[in-house]
Amino acid sequence: MPDQVTGLMAAFPQPNVDTDVIMPKRFLITITREGLADGTLADLRFDEDNNKRPEFVLNRSPWTEASILVVGDNFGCGSSREHAVWGLMQLGIKGVIGSGFAGIFYDNARKNGLALPIVSPEVRDELMQVARDPDAGQCIIDITNRRISVGSQRHPFEMDEATRAALLEGRDDTLDTLKLAQSIRAYESNLTQKMRVNVIQ
Amino acid sequence: MTKTLYDKLVDAHKVCDLPDGDMLVYVDFHIMNEYTSPQAFSGLDQKGLDVWRPEAHLSVVDHVNATRQRDPHDDASKLLIDNLENNCRKHNIAFYGLGDPRQGIEHVVVPEQGLVAPGMLIACGDSHTTTYGAFGALGFGIGTSEVEHVLATQTLRYKRLKTMLVNVEGALAPGVTAKDIIMKVVQVIGAGGANGYAVEFAGSAIRDQDMSGRMTICNMAVELGARAALIAADEKTLAAIKGRAHSESFDFGGTEWRSDESAVHDQTFDIAAEDIAPLVSWGTSPDQSVPIDGRVPTAGDTATPKAKAALERALAYMGLSAGQSVQDIAIDSAFIGSCTNSRIEDLRAAAAVLKGNKVVSGVTAIVVPGSTYTRLQAENEGIDKIFIDAGFDWRPESGCSMCLAMNDDIAMDGERIASSTNRNFEGRQGRGARTHLMSPAMVAAAAVKGHLADIREFQFEGAE
Repeated sequence: MPDQVTGLMAAFPQPNVDTDVIMPKRFLITITREGLADGTLADLRFDEDNNKRPEFVLNRSPWTEASILVVGDNFGCGSSREHAVWGLMQLGIKGVIGSGFAGIFYDNARKNGLALPIVSPEVRDELMQVARDPDAGQCIIDITNRRISVGSQRHPFEMDEATRAALLEGRDDTLDTLKLAQSIRAYESNLTQKMRVNVIQ
Repeated sequence: MTKTLYDKLVDAHKVCDLPDGDMLVYVDFHIMNEYTSPQAFSGLDQKGLDVWRPEAHLSVVDHVNATRQRDPHDDASKLLIDNLENNCRKHNIAFYGLGDPRQGIEHVVVPEQGLVAPGMLIACGDSHTTTYGAFGALGFGIGTSEVEHVLATQTLRYKRLKTMLVNVEGALAPGVTAKDIIMKVVQVIGAGGANGYAVEFAGSAIRDQDMSGRMTICNMAVELGARAALIAADEKTLAAIKGRAHSESFDFGGTEWRSDESAVHDQTFDIAAEDIAPLVSWGTSPDQSVPIDGRVPTAGDTATPKAKAALERALAYMGLSAGQSVQDIAIDSAFIGSCTNSRIEDLRAAAAVLKGNKVVSGVTAIVVPGSTYTRLQAENEGIDKIFIDAGFDWRPESGCSMCLAMNDDIAMDGERIASSTNRNFEGRQGRGARTHLMSPAMVAAAAVKGHLADIREFQFEGAE
């Protein structure tokens, strides 16, 4: 994984953007992770006749090239669907800057390498202003040093160590955890029979 | 040292600390559905991994299945349903599929089958897994990558949350339900106000709730952003888990699953039960609600330009005018169902309103019982007949249905729905659909009146 994410920022200020909006249900009837780019933010990007909505930021130049979103409060709330993260990434989004994210969305992003730097509401508002400037230039999310740079602005961001390490290393949590099989078995050995759920009876 | 219920549950499930600050927690029980699990199973296949403990998982078909009839309504939903069944067969995992008498909405099925007990840790690829907090169990929603992780390791990487205590003290006024309690909490704390927190509900108004009401409250706590919701186990909890299919096979402890007397929470909110009125949502976020005798907010009610912009966007989507009386809002349809409010107690409450009444002409009304077991129980009590006589479409199969419209129950563009569900997001019940959240009894009253109606002024035979 690269230690930084670089790209153009797009302003997406509405609060409480939920995962139903990020990935509408008609795109969820799938058993793979692929093919979700078109569905991502579909009702905001396209009208009923599947024409691009000219007013939506990602349909406007230069933000058609944006790979970083600056978002309103509570982005990613609602359903646990990881399809929302898969879709954003397939659409070319590599980072989402906000003042706070819904918990399941945050964890899903980490699992997939989508960077979610957290800044104060004030800094977020400043960056939102910058993102609205078509000449703002490239934004750099420096994951190693937890710093966002765009133009003359430099802002530190929050990211817990486990998430930062996951982004930098691009690891597979499942395989890593299996290396701790002995610890898991040790935990299980302390469970009474009535603490071992058995649905198949 | 005193501890909160949340910290007791986390400590009891900690397998080990990890070097990067996370910990590994043990998952006692894991539930899957057909739409958030396929990529987890294919992940196992790609990595050549087995399921760690197949008997600790349960799969239930609920999100995409039709409820008008048993057979899948299209090929795409059939693919998801068959895929789950095949994955379960391959890995020897319990599967409650179409036609199984135990099938239904996962969070209705699990308590019904006695598969939850105080002290458990339960994970599921569904955000409303917070429901199990009603039993003093730690339940939380996870993404598909985490579903794979639980399947392969029976554990999850976990970061301890902060804790928030929400005290609701006092007696509820007539007509005010558990749904109104949680909608009030969401209104006060805000959507996302509890991001990063586990919320414990306490106080006499919470203790007075039956288990169905407690489940409604914990279920919708995720709409505050709470990653977990909890209510201390008490005698009611223990009574509710007795006599069910799996009751005798578990014991994780009992009423000791409660916060210590002097346990300290990171934040506390106090809400007076007397201040809670029957609520309806007017906007597109669950925190945008007002009392049923109130008005849609105006720009003057907003504190910041951002809030004003959000209000205007919500009003435009919902097709409402600022300041209009909510009781003047006419509906096109009524929906009773979802993991929030489709249990037998919810059906009884709505039936009490509908008895001797008719759904007004022009309104389409649907009721989807939370599970097959619930439906049969209701039919045994004659509740189906009350709904049908009133003009409701009593669905023969169970599932999430129009709560998230992943099956063929999809609202039309602009359709306005009185709904006993949990989310009024843009497009949730169909592209352009307009959702008003409320209690099941209020949905029934709205169906009869044709507009949002105050249950306290509604005359009905079933009134106490």
